[in-house]
Amino acid sequence: MAFKHTYFYSVFWQRLKCNRLAMVGGWVVALLFVVSLLAPLLAPYDPNGINAWRVLEPPSWQHWFGTDELGRDVLSRVLYGARISLKVGFVAVGIAVAIGTVVGLVSGYYSGIVDAGLMRVVDIMLCFPAFFLILAVITFLEPSIWYIMMVIGLTGWMGVARLVRAETLSIREMDYIMAARCIGCSNMRIIFRHILPNTVSPILVSATLGIAGAILTESALSFLGIGVQPPTPSWGNILTSGKDYIEFAWWLSLFPGLAILVTVLAYNLLGEGIRDALDPRVKG
Amino acid sequence: MIAARWLMLLVVIQALTVSACNQSTPIPKVSEAKDGKPAYGDAIIEGTIGEASTLIPILASDASSLSVAGQIYNGLVKYDKDLNIVGDLAQSYDISPDGLTITFHLRHGVKWHDGAPFTARDVLYTYRVTIDPKTPTAYAEDFKQVRNITAPDEYTVRVTYGAPFAPALASWGSSILPSHLLEGKDITKSPLSRHPVGTGPYRFKEWIAGQKIVLESNHDYFEGRPYIDRYIYRIIPDTSTMYMELKAGTVDLMNLTPVQYVRQTTGADFTARFNKYRYPSSGYVYMGYNLRHPLFRDKRVRQALTAAIDKDEIIHGVLFGMGQKAMGPIVPGRWAYNPHIKDIPYDPGHAAELLAQAGWTQKNADGILVKDGKPFSFTILTNQGNQQRLLTAQIVQQRLSHVGIDVKIRVVEWATFLKEFVDKGNFEVVLLGWNTSQDPDMYDVWHSSKTNPGELNFIGFKNPEVDRLLVEGRSTFDIEKRKKAYYRIQDILADEQPYTFLYVPDALPVVSSRIHGIKPAPAGIGYNQILWYVPKTEQVY
Amino acid sequence: MATYLVKRILILIPLMFGITLITFSVIHLAPGEPVEMQVAMNPKVTKEARDRLRKFYGLDKPLHVQYLNWVGKLVRLDLGRSFSPDNRPVVDKIKERLPITLSLNIIALLLEFGLAVPIGILAATHRDTWLDKGITIFVFIGFAVPTFWLALLLMYFFGVKLNWLPISGLHSLGSDSFGLVHYLWDMAKHLLMPVLVASFGSLAGLSRYMRSSMLNVIGQDYITTARAKGLSERVVIYKHALRNALLPLITLFGFSIPGLIGGSVIFETIYAIPGMGQLFYQGVMSRDYPVVMGILVIGAMLTLIGNLIADVSYALADPRIRHG
Repeated sequence: MAFKHTYFYSVFWQRLKCNRLAMVGGWVVALLFVVSLLAPLLAPYDPNGINAWRVLEPPSWQHWFGTDELGRDVLSRVLYGARISLKVGFVAVGIAVAIGTVVGLVSGYYSGIVDAGLMRVVDIMLCFPAFFLILAVITFLEPSIWYIMMVIGLTGWMGVARLVRAETLSIREMDYIMAARCIGCSNMRIIFRHILPNTVSPILVSATLGIAGAILTESALSFLGIGVQPPTPSWGNILTSGKDYIEFAWWLSLFPGLAILVTVLAYNLLGEGIRDALDPRVKG
Repeated sequence: MIAARWLMLLVVIQALTVSACNQSTPIPKVSEAKDGKPAYGDAIIEGTIGEASTLIPILASDASSLSVAGQIYNGLVKYDKDLNIVGDLAQSYDISPDGLTITFHLRHGVKWHDGAPFTARDVLYTYRVTIDPKTPTAYAEDFKQVRNITAPDEYTVRVTYGAPFAPALASWGSSILPSHLLEGKDITKSPLSRHPVGTGPYRFKEWIAGQKIVLESNHDYFEGRPYIDRYIYRIIPDTSTMYMELKAGTVDLMNLTPVQYVRQTTGADFTARFNKYRYPSSGYVYMGYNLRHPLFRDKRVRQALTAAIDKDEIIHGVLFGMGQKAMGPIVPGRWAYNPHIKDIPYDPGHAAELLAQAGWTQKNADGILVKDGKPFSFTILTNQGNQQRLLTAQIVQQRLSHVGIDVKIRVVEWATFLKEFVDKGNFEVVLLGWNTSQDPDMYDVWHSSKTNPGELNFIGFKNPEVDRLLVEGRSTFDIEKRKKAYYRIQDILADEQPYTFLYVPDALPVVSSRIHGIKPAPAGIGYNQILWYVPKTEQVY
Repeated sequence: MATYLVKRILILIPLMFGITLITFSVIHLAPGEPVEMQVAMNPKVTKEARDRLRKFYGLDKPLHVQYLNWVGKLVRLDLGRSFSPDNRPVVDKIKERLPITLSLNIIALLLEFGLAVPIGILAATHRDTWLDKGITIFVFIGFAVPTFWLALLLMYFFGVKLNWLPISGLHSLGSDSFGLVHYLWDMAKHLLMPVLVASFGSLAGLSRYMRSSMLNVIGQDYITTARAKGLSERVVIYKHALRNALLPLITLFGFSIPGLIGGSVIFETIYAIPGMGQLFYQGVMSRDYPVVMGILVIGAMLTLIGNLIADVSYALADPRIRHG
């Protein structure tokens, strides 16, 4: 087993390295991590430091990215916004992946009525336009960052569940699972020790793409005024506050807009790269 | 049509209205176009963010509906350009010497848009349907003061009150509804909500859901046919989009935001194509303290909070100077406005002193004031969808942090805001606005009997002297007596600071320079709308 | 085939029940009430007025009674009346807007497929070249750019700066009096930006899917055989490979259906297009339960039917499934 895994991942790594776009995406993603971790060190100003007498000033040596509608430094806000936006992405996707994986594993392993029931739930959830559900739930509760992450997660697990289920269905029939069952392993143990590790690839791919999607969803919610709430900066709400000034205060929308664009692009390229590298059918 | 806009006093959600302002400040007109000859024809397109919900005005409380309905219906009286009450559907009116009876002499020959004659029956019907408990309306309160209403003949209506009621006359500015189409029917299911029939200067033509409402000029209007043939409301939900439509020339009239007024509409190109107007609006924005909450029981604490907030900074930063300081519940320029209010100036040092007097002397490690082991910390609640209030809250947050007060901001969607927080008294501080009526009566907001759940004195303000003055102020017609009462109320509120009154924003309408005949007055620009015109050479539609 | 159909239709029943249940619980998650909107901070409204509104709307009844009433009506396709003061039947409101959203999204969807298929093929046949990489980046930019930002930028450049295209709405003023050709041309100009923005966003998913589907097919034995037979590359790709590569797109079409009915709140708001997205958003904001429930339920039901159609057509197209 161990050998098989090592071999598998080294091949995977080799293939990923050959994909230049994916590598660029990977580096950008890594850079973003560093930036958001170091935001307090990198940011030249307090991201919430208001100066009502210097609002909407264009980029200058003092404020590289200009100031926003309350005179706050846009660069500092974008840097801190990276933290929030990434947090939204990760936690939301974490929730989606956790639910999706458990549902997929259980569904695929037990099959029969459990499977049928769970898959009907998936079908039902897939019938709703996801953004509508998110919109309704967040508005009806409150647009706090925790609810936003939770709701994005709760409406995004179905794809993962289906992928994991499919994978589980094929793994279940393999010899080593039979063997595990014979030596009396509990179902839980089989599911989580033996099947789960082999479903990592689809999970990884959907997680990477999911993070990009969650960042976009947050910005769409911000546009409607129910995203992350000010004064906490998120890329979505900085961009939204800049939308009314596109014509003359372009800096307020350009920088957060580019931040979202580049980040989502990077995650997508990385995700695609991982998928290709894991896909045995697409030969390198 | 101005009359119907009185109802706007009830609308707090910030909205697009071009009327309702007050007397004081002169109105700077940015560019004066050479007036060509008045001519019939053309159309005016107003951009509106929300779609009207119903065009039966007593059922509506949203600004969009009331604005459209204002073109279609008339009241018995209205405000003229100087904000005096004058007859509208009533040719004239007499008030009995004791002030208890008003007799309206209705205009003869006024026709509903469907051709039926307008008579006293319509007035009686409107009264009855408004106070009918089955009618879901928000406007029954004033009419409930009426003891008796009769129609001695087709064109006379006599209303009697049980006690002197100062806002009585003004309350008859409500839109009169056509009884021949509604009598005996369920008003809530009436087709009139989508196809209204009124007596006003414009008649309803079509309503394309989510796109536009088209009105046509009423050639038989009793004050004369409006020059502009069509009045079109275009529904454009996004403010940025609406502004671009204006610049592209496909919207003729909208309200600008302060930043648009100051920074984005200044070029020669823009001023040649548009006229901007500016006058104080009739509302004010305030921070209200929950007086049941132990933090805010002490008057000195409330005074300190006001002293710690720089209102000028807010007006500069949020309104770009397009507004003025609010000091009390009556906006500057009204006759009841007390010009001698002692406002608490911005002075953080004074704020710290006041706080110290109230026992807030120690600070914890984070620099937050502490008393009896508890930090001075509270949450400002405000409603979602109002950018100015949100920015204001953030400035307040920063200022208060400088004197050692920890403020959190929570934005809540409107329905939840009222139901869960305001009604249940489950809040610490709210940041909200009131739109005020021309009449200074503010019994509902400040009287101690109005502190129950769902009522408007939700901060729980109780002051016996104010209670007495409020009753005094609404139950006499003597302007001097009323003035005295309201002046005193303003003094008391300035001292008590149950609210920190923040600012009175300016209304900033912009109109295409194609439209001539706009004469800004204390009442704003909407009052003479039937006289607006587009000279033949400039007509485009 | 018949048993397959019957089976598929029987499954719909529990699904529909689930849909109503989820819809109903979502709506009642929240604390606020619809009457609040109407009497919003109204200095002249009293407590009795409020209670009167509550009663009028039946909000004073217990939850399960409200639910049963609602489902009972739903079965008769009665979605109730809107809570907004116009009090109109929800069905009417949806009927006004569904065609707009549907036609807009169908146009966008056709454009997406029309663009994504050739782009995907191009990328697959030029795999790992600069063309492939360029296409990849291009389609992902479409996905990654926040819709409302792109929309506003386009509006500003094409609408305000260049004045080539109308900014928002569906028609110009006075379009009623245009001739048919002019009328359609006017509408097309209005739709151009929203449709482009909408399809640009979903190009990525579709074209990438097409690309991998194509690569998958190209790698299979029968293609190698075809090549070995000496057929020209063009014939191999367009005659043999393409057909099979397109098959999975039918499923993808099925997946696109929730989006079709959902419409987009964002660009309907920006482009002032009175579709379902706008209606839903307004409904949510004013706690107009019947409208919100109506749209969720109708949307989900139509999606169910759409998926059914997609599955059945897939079964018809692919003989392997028909007897499965």
